[in-house]
Amino acid sequence: MSTSAEQSSKLIRGAEGDWEVVIGMEVHAQILSKAKLFSGASASFGAEPNAQVSFIDAAMPGMLPVINRYCVEQAIRTGLGLRAKINYNSLFDRKNYFYPDLPAGYQISQYKNPIVGEGEVLLDLPRGQTVKVGIERLHLEQDAGKSLHDQRPDHSYVDLNRAGVALMEIVSRPDMRSSEEAAAFLKKLRAIVRYLGTCDGNMEEGSMRADVNVSVRRPGAPLGTRCEIKNVNSMRFIAQAVEYEARRQVDVIEEGGSVALETRLFDARVGETRPMRSKEEAHDYRYFPDPDLLPLVIEESWVAEIASGLPELPDDKKARFMRDYGISAYDAGVLVGDRELADYYEELANGIDAKQAVNWLNNEILGRLNRDGHTISDCPVSATSNNTILRLVTEGLISGKIAKDVLDIAWTAGGDPRTIVADRGLAQVTDTDAIEKAIGTVIASNPGKVEELKSKPNLLGWFVGQVMRETGGKANPQSVNTLLRARLGVPAEG
Amino acid sequence: MSVDKKTVRHIARLARIALKDEQVEPMVNEPNNILAWVQQLEEVDVAGVPPLTSVVEQRLKMRDDVVTEGGQADALMANAPQSEENFFVVPRVVE
Amino acid sequence: MALPSSPTDFTLAEARDALRARAISSTELTSAFVSQVAAARPLNAFITETPERALEMAAASDVRLSAGEARPLEGLPLAIKDLFCTRGVRTTAASRILDNFVPPYESTVTQNLWDAGAVLLGKTNMDEFAMGSSNETSHFNPVVNPWRARNSNQSVVPGGSSGGSAAAVAGRLCLGATGTDTGGSIRQPAALTGVVGLKPTYGRCSRWGIVAFASSLDQAGPMARTVRDAAILLRAMASVDPKDSTSVDVPVPDYEHEIEAGVKGLRVGVPKEYRSDGAPSEIDRLWTKGIGWMRSEGAEIVDISLPHTKYALPAYYIVAPAEASSNLARYDGVRYGHRAADVRDVSDLYERSRAEGFGAEVRRRVLIGCYVLSAGYYDAYYVRAQKVRTLIARDFVKAFERCDVLLTPSTPGPAFALGEKTADPVSMYLNDVFTVPVNLAGLPAVSVPAGLTTDGLPLGLQVIGKAFDEQLVLRVARSIERAAGFDATPNAWWRAA
Repeated sequence: MSTSAEQSSKLIRGAEGDWEVVIGMEVHAQILSKAKLFSGASASFGAEPNAQVSFIDAAMPGMLPVINRYCVEQAIRTGLGLRAKINYNSLFDRKNYFYPDLPAGYQISQYKNPIVGEGEVLLDLPRGQTVKVGIERLHLEQDAGKSLHDQRPDHSYVDLNRAGVALMEIVSRPDMRSSEEAAAFLKKLRAIVRYLGTCDGNMEEGSMRADVNVSVRRPGAPLGTRCEIKNVNSMRFIAQAVEYEARRQVDVIEEGGSVALETRLFDARVGETRPMRSKEEAHDYRYFPDPDLLPLVIEESWVAEIASGLPELPDDKKARFMRDYGISAYDAGVLVGDRELADYYEELANGIDAKQAVNWLNNEILGRLNRDGHTISDCPVSATSNNTILRLVTEGLISGKIAKDVLDIAWTAGGDPRTIVADRGLAQVTDTDAIEKAIGTVIASNPGKVEELKSKPNLLGWFVGQVMRETGGKANPQSVNTLLRARLGVPAEG
Repeated sequence: MSVDKKTVRHIARLARIALKDEQVEPMVNEPNNILAWVQQLEEVDVAGVPPLTSVVEQRLKMRDDVVTEGGQADALMANAPQSEENFFVVPRVVE
Repeated sequence: MALPSSPTDFTLAEARDALRARAISSTELTSAFVSQVAAARPLNAFITETPERALEMAAASDVRLSAGEARPLEGLPLAIKDLFCTRGVRTTAASRILDNFVPPYESTVTQNLWDAGAVLLGKTNMDEFAMGSSNETSHFNPVVNPWRARNSNQSVVPGGSSGGSAAAVAGRLCLGATGTDTGGSIRQPAALTGVVGLKPTYGRCSRWGIVAFASSLDQAGPMARTVRDAAILLRAMASVDPKDSTSVDVPVPDYEHEIEAGVKGLRVGVPKEYRSDGAPSEIDRLWTKGIGWMRSEGAEIVDISLPHTKYALPAYYIVAPAEASSNLARYDGVRYGHRAADVRDVSDLYERSRAEGFGAEVRRRVLIGCYVLSAGYYDAYYVRAQKVRTLIARDFVKAFERCDVLLTPSTPGPAFALGEKTADPVSMYLNDVFTVPVNLAGLPAVSVPAGLTTDGLPLGLQVIGKAFDEQLVLRVARSIERAAGFDATPNAWWRAA
């Protein structure tokens, strides 16, 4: 995996030597399902307050939970995507604590017997390295409701729409050693669940939330005391939060103090973590098996059925892209990071040069998408259209420069590329006579430059530019180059 | 095992039940009597005996992923001690 | 058909037949019971009376009866323990914390009863949150047993927690009632009031819509004057409920079928651990008599042992409070129920609402429950108790290899005076010594009135069966009922009051 040089590059330099950062993560991912985990209320986002609440979710007297089969299926599916062990027998436990957004005074969760056991995630890092991060477990649990605190100064308003929505809690082993790895882990996890369709990974809406555990130690020493940074709700902030916290802990220790075991919040406005006020008292959750439910027994045949229906996952897709399209690990990693981007690429690259397609995607399409604030799923020009544009270049109908113009036109006004080229007369001029004519015009108008050329052969470029302008940019640049050299007596390159 | 006042206060806090000072003493004695009585379970040889998680010999039933409930905010609010615009209202929670 | 002197003297089965024969209408029958309920306020058996609704339901039943469309319980007035949520009718669990709660839903068991045509007379009083054996912990004051010792004016308890339902049946204020049984709360009050009380197998009746006390033990069941009546009620109450994950997928048979078949050739087990130490008590003597009845009816008596019997009560008083402490966490003054006034913050809201809303016994059990689940004690208490529970369940399995049913006393003694046992919780808990093992094992059991003490107070015998063998349990109970010939009734002293 990583070399010792790479390992040491992850270390933090302190005042008195290097420190290693140890990072683990607990990710809560809302399961994509129509109904909640133990009730028949809708699990969708954004409804009117308390409009999606069953009497069960509101913990009214006498109400009982019944588990949603599809949520179990989604958890199994995710476990398979994490290459993890599926536990055919698991138990639901009650986690008891009081909070206004937890109506029953307990959360139905899984404690010692989760549905999914150990697995792993491969991280794709920017310089093309791969790092393995272990998954300790995945379990099912209920989400809590929401309290709004800003309406009135003395009151909080409780909305239980989210109470009871199915969550997967995915716990990593503390295998990450840098903020970069932490960000890459979350990114990869998000890609996996989006590929599988088990979670939409939307951190802004809260359907995926991460709690990050950070500690520091001298390389080779035992683990230090860790702090939990709760509810980091954006990819952007993960790395920032980890870096701040690691640095904070190093400073505390180097100043002679010790790191307190505590829970902290990340304040994005100032880029710092601070202790949480309310969760200071240690919780005694009094876990015990939920007597309203029976043990969850899963058939091997059901797991096999789910496994056979899995889509191609990011790691396999990446390997296939490298093999079949011959693109680099880095390029392949970027493409498969988002399933829609990967699918777009495959359509784009269909039957044409794969590397050319990657370059086009990276340089032309992604840039324009960023500029306009779009994602690949609302790209105004389809992959097929882009495929056509590139074919037009290969066919020699248009030049590379004109291709970009065609893209711009299709981007803003729509339309089929071939039609755009035809309607606007953008077809490349390859007719030798026409080019010769243009060359003739340019030579005749610039006798001084022709004279200069004899001592400065580099001026050829200027002539090429002039001829291109003369032809309204439509001449085939290679042909212009060749014919100019011939006319002006400049030898071919190389 | 027995409880003392400190434990009683701690447990009352866990259970979110306010105890007046004069209630703490009896709450030490009564549970201690009960706890002393249940102590006799220690006589039983439970080696190798699994805890009974359910008397029911059945697989856990599962429901289909269909929305069958909800849209009843009125019914939910009908018994609420304090509500406003279909929210449950409580004193301000400090995060 | 010969009508009894008062319509309220019908058994449920007799009333059923009389209604179908149109010898009497449901409206007449229901009106008679409504009057009895109103006249019986000294018993304090009801928390909420529903006379208007009862008469409306009776009228609707009369239409069906006339049209020949009678359902199994058409037009029969019943009393419902106030632990069952009834839509639009206040449901309190006898607690201040729910004293204004009106459920927007109906429990599965009571819905089954209304679907069968039964009529709701009212919600009966009970021990708060079903925690008690004497109906003295109710926020709405104790229930008084319709029975009194001979030549005595002292009030005695009806037993608990289903004390109100038991008193209502014994006082002939209804044709039958529902109760719930977690540690004996149907069978013990049935025994103390001279009525039949059945706790079905765990998972037989749905728990959906019943205010939960201890989820792995709670079970709804019928209380009535005769074994046949209990069988009729059970058939209507029981169902397979997809809304309850612990409801067992076993179809509901006709419990009346073969109820008269007798006990010839059956093996009746007698567990030696249920004998009292020292001199035989009145209940011991009655038990011996009952064993004699079985023998003369052709049953084979088998001596068996349930070695872990004495550990059942302590195990129960760990498991039940533990589950209850979690089940009662939802009563926090936020979404329904009692909320304390002028609260400073959320913690204060919880702590004071619950302190004000819960009575002393409930607070005691919630605290014990929290304690036995708390860090450091979970393994020593809760896990150990659940292991002992496995051993108790195994005792029964072994016993049932050698017999078909067990015959035991229902309670250690008859009804006691109000206030007699409230000072020491453990002495109160000992009332459940014969009933609790059955709940821990999830088995069906019934208490049948079998005799009177020399003081004239009722005593009951308990029949315990294998899982889902209610038919056999009822058949054996019917034999005892026939042999006992228990026809004593309490003097209706409350009408004079």
